[in-house]
Amino acid sequence: MTEIWQGLTRALELIFTLDPEVMEIAGRSLTISVTSTILASLICLPLGSLIHFRNFPGKRFLVSIIQTFFSVPTVAIGLFVFVLFSRAGLLGGLDLMFTPAIMVIGQVMLITPVMLGLTISALSGVDKAILDTALSLGASDFQASVVALREARYAVLAAVIMGFGRAISEIGIALMVGGNIKGFTRVITTAISLETSRGDLELAIALGIILISIALVINIILNRVQQR
Amino acid sequence: MAFIETVNLSQKADDRYILQNINLAIEKGEVFALIGATGAGKTTLLRLLNLIDTPASGKIYFDGMDTAQSARSRLEMRRRMAFVLQKPVVFNRSVFDNVASGLRWRGENKSRLREKVSHILEEVGLLPERNRNARTLSGGEMQRVAIARAMALEPEVLLLDEPTANLDPVSAGRIEELITEVIKHYTTTFVLATHDMALGQRLADRIGVLVNGKLLQVGNSRDVFATPGNRDIARLVGVENIIDGVITSNQDRIVTIDIGGRLIEAISDYAVGRAVSACVRPEDITLALSPVSSSARNSYPGEVTWAVAMGPLTRVEIDCGFPLVVMVTRKSAEEMKLATGRKVFASFKATGVHVIRKN
Repeated sequence: MTEIWQGLTRALELIFTLDPEVMEIAGRSLTISVTSTILASLICLPLGSLIHFRNFPGKRFLVSIIQTFFSVPTVAIGLFVFVLFSRAGLLGGLDLMFTPAIMVIGQVMLITPVMLGLTISALSGVDKAILDTALSLGASDFQASVVALREARYAVLAAVIMGFGRAISEIGIALMVGGNIKGFTRVITTAISLETSRGDLELAIALGIILISIALVINIILNRVQQR
Repeated sequence: MAFIETVNLSQKADDRYILQNINLAIEKGEVFALIGATGAGKTTLLRLLNLIDTPASGKIYFDGMDTAQSARSRLEMRRRMAFVLQKPVVFNRSVFDNVASGLRWRGENKSRLREKVSHILEEVGLLPERNRNARTLSGGEMQRVAIARAMALEPEVLLLDEPTANLDPVSAGRIEELITEVIKHYTTTFVLATHDMALGQRLADRIGVLVNGKLLQVGNSRDVFATPGNRDIARLVGVENIIDGVITSNQDRIVTIDIGGRLIEAISDYAVGRAVSACVRPEDITLALSPVSSSARNSYPGEVTWAVAMGPLTRVEIDCGFPLVVMVTRKSAEEMKLATGRKVFASFKATGVHVIRKN
């Protein structure tokens, strides 16, 4: 018990003294996950609009598939990306294994279904008359879908935040294709896992507190946004 | 070719025709009203004219061009029009941004945009509200935003769908006033859909009557009002007395119609033996307490079955062998003590009867 208390006080010390290693790892986590979230947004917002506004055969089926992938295990994506990018894999030539770049690719794959699905349902909440009004005032199809996204902005933002939350808290991909290389691909989740197994609880707890704080901030923002 | 023209235009929804073979020609600068009951296809037609929807079959020509073209050129044509939808929806943004939307989509430069939007907001009396979120406005104000949003585009064609429906009388009055101002001061071509015949008559040069997806009658508003083409149109334009009978004589266009024993004289070209309906507007019938000898050829004794005040007028239902609805001023209703059971004489002129073929 004393060990945990000691760990906790030491952890808070690390956070409040802005320990370089802790800050570096937390910073990397944020950078990678924010990048993934931005890239996934760039994919999901236009694609979500396209799927929502176009009618095509198999649309319902496609949406079901997307929803199925909401809870895909991170290790499954990790495995898929590993196979794809390993030396013998289809994209092995890109030589991206164990780099932050491949972690971003993996996280984008992980959060795209959630963000896409939530974007589509956000757009379903927009009154059809809004779209008609935009078109009748001379909006192009693209401009009209921007109007719809803007009308659904709070729900769309919730989708984005949801994606970010999933990206920053995942470990499967970061470990399997990131490799947990110190100073290069080590992020909060992989560091906690490693330090805990090594018995270095103070660093693990410090990073754990930071991760929970990030989750807390995300939840507060999400709640605020959804109450509007 | 007219400015807007449709050829055999049809639209389907779930394999059911909602518009059938519409042939319509609207000239540049004209104010055209589409009159029809709810569900007659007015909105569907406006959506087709605005090129938001594509027809099941038939053609739409706009300014001499076939509109069945690429999305790009349809958008260019659509940008020469504006359409105010029946349900006034506003974007969840400021009043200013709402009115500015269409101009922004057309790439209008900032200073011109600011100038135009402020001018229009001034015109519709919403300038003080320009920074308010449009969602917080009242229904009448939202409708004004919707009209301002369309007017800001200086469209060549303005399509209005039931602009005063769902509004309280005061707001409806303001909107009508606003539309009248626009009609007076701009050369815009108007296509106005309404179920309100009187509104159509007040605003429009010509009227087209839509019944169950078919364009049954097109003409100047006075003609459609006075000489509806069939029973459905007669009902729509407020003819409450539609009495079925058979023509028994025709002398120099003065016909006698036998309506189950009683006779009505009217002016018509229909030949003897033709089954017809005699249409008499309630306001063209006069009531008296004793038989009057006047130029009115048709006079019938009857008994009041129902009388109810409607604003400045009183609506009186009479049984004189056949039912008649009569509108009299409230004052004369009081003077004649019109109430259920009162014996009266109803009379109307032969020229006050419009004869249509029975369908």
